Amino acid sequence: MNNLDSIFSQLPFAEVVNKDNIVAVTVPKDKIYETLNLLKNNNFDYLRDIVGMDYTNSLGVIYNLSSTQKPEYLLLVKTSIEDRENPYFDSVIDLWDSAMLYEREVHDFFGITFKNNPDMRRLFLRQDWKGYPLRKDYDDNPNINPVPLENEDLDDMEQLPQIEVNQDKSFEEQHSVFQKEEYVVNFGPQHPATHGVLHLRVSLDGEIIKKIDPNFGYIHRGIEKMSECYTYPQILHLTDRLDYLSGAINRHAVCLAVEKGLELEVPQRAHHIRTIIDELTRVASHLLGWGCMCMDMGAITAFVYGMRDREKIMDIFEETCGGRLMANYSVIGGVMADIHPNFQKKVKEFIPYMRKMLKEHHILFTGNPIARGRMDGIGHLSREQAISIGATGPVGRASGWSNDTRKIQPYAAYDKVNFTEMLRKDGMTFDRYVIRLDEIEESLKIIEQLVDNIPEGDFTAKTKAVIKLPEGEYFQRVENARGEFCVYIDSRGDKYPYRVKFRSPSLTLVNVLKHITPGTKVADLIMLGGSLDYVIPCIDR
Amino acid sequence: MEVGKIKIKNMKNEDFKDNEYLEKYVEELRANGVNIVVAKLNDLINWGRSNSVWPLTFGTSCCAIEFMSLGAARYDFARFGWEVTRNSPRQADVIFCCGTIVHKMAPVLKRLYDQMAEPKYVMAFGACTISGGPFKKSYHTVMGIDKIIPVDIYIPGCPPRPDAMIYGMMQLARKIKIQEFFKLPKEPDIVEMNENQIIEEKGGENE
Repeated sequence: MNNLDSIFSQLPFAEVVNKDNIVAVTVPKDKIYETLNLLKNNNFDYLRDIVGMDYTNSLGVIYNLSSTQKPEYLLLVKTSIEDRENPYFDSVIDLWDSAMLYEREVHDFFGITFKNNPDMRRLFLRQDWKGYPLRKDYDDNPNINPVPLENEDLDDMEQLPQIEVNQDKSFEEQHSVFQKEEYVVNFGPQHPATHGVLHLRVSLDGEIIKKIDPNFGYIHRGIEKMSECYTYPQILHLTDRLDYLSGAINRHAVCLAVEKGLELEVPQRAHHIRTIIDELTRVASHLLGWGCMCMDMGAITAFVYGMRDREKIMDIFEETCGGRLMANYSVIGGVMADIHPNFQKKVKEFIPYMRKMLKEHHILFTGNPIARGRMDGIGHLSREQAISIGATGPVGRASGWSNDTRKIQPYAAYDKVNFTEMLRKDGMTFDRYVIRLDEIEESLKIIEQLVDNIPEGDFTAKTKAVIKLPEGEYFQRVENARGEFCVYIDSRGDKYPYRVKFRSPSLTLVNVLKHITPGTKVADLIMLGGSLDYVIPCIDR
Repeated sequence: MEVGKIKIKNMKNEDFKDNEYLEKYVEELRANGVNIVVAKLNDLINWGRSNSVWPLTFGTSCCAIEFMSLGAARYDFARFGWEVTRNSPRQADVIFCCGTIVHKMAPVLKRLYDQMAEPKYVMAFGACTISGGPFKKSYHTVMGIDKIIPVDIYIPGCPPRPDAMIYGMMQLARKIKIQEFFKLPKEPDIVEMNENQIIEEKGGENE
């Protein structure tokens, strides 16, 4: 990429390594803002993720960037600091809206503070948690952080520490998210319409929403830390439990990343089967997302219909994979078992059935004047906002941002099928609603092309009993039902990974909620949440 | 009464596999004999109670999706009179604890349990709520919700199938059926406090 060379010629301090479309740039810590600012102004406008790192003797962060014009290129901007007591970097919240939550996450796990970021609360863990769990020297003795057994008030979020770093020492300034006179309502963590245990604090003016403060961590299980003491085949089982509605797709991502590292030749049969299973998962997930969104608007019938159609897919999964919700199907090198003899027959029965039902869903709900009255004209998300927030998947595509990883960087059997990337322009609630139904149709097309052409042969490649990944960094992105799911594996040549990072598409979707809700009615908050279709356990990991 | 004689409408007695716990429970309950009038009244009340159990919708992760399947048309737990899922703990009889409980959620679960009216029951769905399950090595998972609240029914699986959930529900219905209603724990006494006591209770933060 010529463009990159000209950018880096302006940055003499940067060390650049280019390998398979992944460009790794290492810069000194005080130049990080300058570098990122320059890249942002040179079309690298999508901040995918911020990965915190503990290099044992130093702490670091990796900024994962892409350009929306040339999304096949990945840019990893790395920096590190040796001070483990008081590590800090410059904040980039003025460049990307998504940076706010990412920086809080790094702060929570590694104790790295970001200068000029006004909100340095912990993102997932309790505010009184001792230690930074993803550091290598973290003491996980349960006596240090005992389980709180007493019922307590939810007022532990009032104070916001803002860090301002002076020449020699740091000091903290406290101020609150909400003003004293604001009327704040707690929404969650136990609330049937939050789609999981999300806690939103909503500041209201009458019934108009003024501000939203999302709190996470009510289902934070520490999967990234656990992965560091599990072997690669064991990690696969945790990925299904991240975003359980697209579990098979998440698992696919880790399999692909490890296979890339091992340079393993995966049989075509496995690629085909995985792709069909992925697409069936996507259909099941969109059906549930559609049903839940309709239920949020009061249409319980739609929910029951969505679940009914979903059961057909669950039956197919059960025969072939052995599990209903958790398919646990992909393994490193292929799939766990061959498909059931009925698989193709059942899938072929399902496709015309689903097409018929899609029409029914459109008649039942899409054209319904009450539903249109609720959905039309609210929740606008522009393309620029979507990119700045990093809202991938159906939400980003409803705003006109073409970000389908299946098209950008085809994996498995996606390069062998014809399908259209669904794009809409307006970015309203209705677009986000209808794009899911359109994507179901596209997924059916993909399945239709593949199901008759599953090649003969082995369903899995032979792997060694102990899988040791060669030293290096591995990165794989896939398109799950909610957006771009990425896995980053740093291996030191051992059978355990040194660091695993999952990029959750749902985290940015909750951030969208922060931008589109102010000014709407509190009743619409539930529907807007439904239109984004986030899964909380994927955020919390 | 022996366990073999507990009749519930929706499932045959010989289909139940796990009877030891209930047998022990019956033995304990019937140790001193029961007054015949009270026993008949118990039977009547328990017949009503076991056929209209109202669950609290409390789902944190994966198991909640299977719980939604249980509520939808195919498995349909409304057949057994369990359909009125309540969103407020004050109206619920049983918590279906679907999904992992972590350190941050533990006080919330405790609060929900405390807010429920007696008699109340807890069903632990899935491996995480039983013992931590796949997250045994985690720093932030509670290794079994029985560390926080008492549990009546454990349903293993990751996640359990809706059929397994129905089996667990039927077991709970049997348990409700043999209980002595008048000896169940009552609501805690509500003590009215004056202002000074409230301030003391809160640790004098208003000073």
